[in-house]
Amino acid sequence: METVIGIKFNDFTLIATDMTAAHSIMVMKDDEDKTYNITDNVVMGVTGEAGDVPRFAEYITQNVKLYRMRNGYDLSIPAIATFTRKTVAEHLRSQSPYQVNFMLGGYNPTEKKSHLYFIDYLGAQVDVPYGAHGYGGMMAITVMDRYYKPDANYQEAYDLLKKCILEVQKRCIINMPKFKVKISYAGGIQELPIISKDNIEQNIIVNVKD
Amino acid sequence: MAMLSLCGLSDDTLFKSKCELEEDEAFETFRSDNTVNQMNLYSLPGNPVENMRMITARDTMGRPIELNFHHGTTTLGFLYQGGIVLAVDSRATGGQYIGSQCMKKIVEINDFMLGTLAGGAADCVYWDRVLSKQCRLHELRNKERISITAASKIMSNMIYYYKGYGLSIGMMLAGYDKNGPSLFYIDNDGSRTPGKVFSVGSGSIYAFGVLDSGYKWDLTDEEAQKLGQRAIFHATHRDAYSGGIVRVYHITKDGWKHIKNEDCDEIYDRVKNEAK
Repeated sequence: METVIGIKFNDFTLIATDMTAAHSIMVMKDDEDKTYNITDNVVMGVTGEAGDVPRFAEYITQNVKLYRMRNGYDLSIPAIATFTRKTVAEHLRSQSPYQVNFMLGGYNPTEKKSHLYFIDYLGAQVDVPYGAHGYGGMMAITVMDRYYKPDANYQEAYDLLKKCILEVQKRCIINMPKFKVKISYAGGIQELPIISKDNIEQNIIVNVKD
Repeated sequence: MAMLSLCGLSDDTLFKSKCELEEDEAFETFRSDNTVNQMNLYSLPGNPVENMRMITARDTMGRPIELNFHHGTTTLGFLYQGGIVLAVDSRATGGQYIGSQCMKKIVEINDFMLGTLAGGAADCVYWDRVLSKQCRLHELRNKERISITAASKIMSNMIYYYKGYGLSIGMMLAGYDKNGPSLFYIDNDGSRTPGKVFSVGSGSIYAFGVLDSGYKWDLTDEEAQKLGQRAIFHATHRDAYSGGIVRVYHITKDGWKHIKNEDCDEIYDRVKNEAK
């Protein structure tokens, strides 16, 4: 039902999630934040079963923090991805599996490399240049297949994301008027302007602090 | 039996069938859970997931009949310039049957916090009581009233622990703390989310129609209270599982205040004669 999109570029990674919180046939909220900052430079966009999503994200965040306290340095981004995948897989055949799908991405300033992982509730983990979850993801993925280039600048990247969301809002029967966008780059994590039905046709200038 | 005790054998293992032993064991967990740990008062004999199936009532053809929970409600709450307004109906139903027309679906947790009930009546009443206890304990331990954020987290943690065990709860927690007014929605999926406008229960779709079209941040206190009452009233009109008395509460920095109770039939007569 919900949509999360992630795109990896040479110097940064973008994560976008829709902002609706739905219960059965009704939209309860249109300003829900489904993005979670795992460390200073890793973002996770999570969708899935209500209740599981924040609990799972908090569990991951706190354990990654604990690792930092114990060792004095952060887990690497691939290690965080492996850890989240392991957590999903361990719970998969238990009484209460975590029904969560997410895109996990970040930029590592020391090795000057960006990472993006597609992970689903079955514990599948794929290292991808771009990816998406949910019905909206199916519509967005071909837009990225067509227009993706790894060396895009901030503005081009944001416009590509807008193109994806425009297609989702045009073709998907589920109403997703607002998307939250986060960028992970050399300066950390920053929130970019929300992409909504009202401003998607306009030109939004992206300002990323250095 | 006398022979057994003469031989020094305990009588409770030798001649009992496996079924009887399991029954004893199940009763033992039921008894100990219920008396030792108050948080487990809800527990059914043995494992609820398996045993719910066993205690399910059956019809003459042997098909399981679903338990008739007390269900169906309309509750709403919204944040605006002057604080928070909560409004609820008062009908309790079990299937087609109206069990009560004067139920109190707003729980006064302390002078600054209210909770609303929707869903299974037993679950809501019980877990709100546990929440009230936890909030009071927090107050005694920390010499400070609990924040709404913390209280809602306690509630959702308790509910999440029992996820998949068949709880049926949809509640709003509203109140005023040192961070100002806040309103949370919590349900049996374990979701917990802050927001400005919520409506919960079978009549919520109807209530939302009135509420959303009349809501704005700058409402005066009187307008807000009227809007809350009106939204519940229209829901009771369309939803068979909602009705009775419309209760309206208002929360400000000075705590909650009960505004009014009005029978929805009387509101109907009044509204009919009013010009649109």
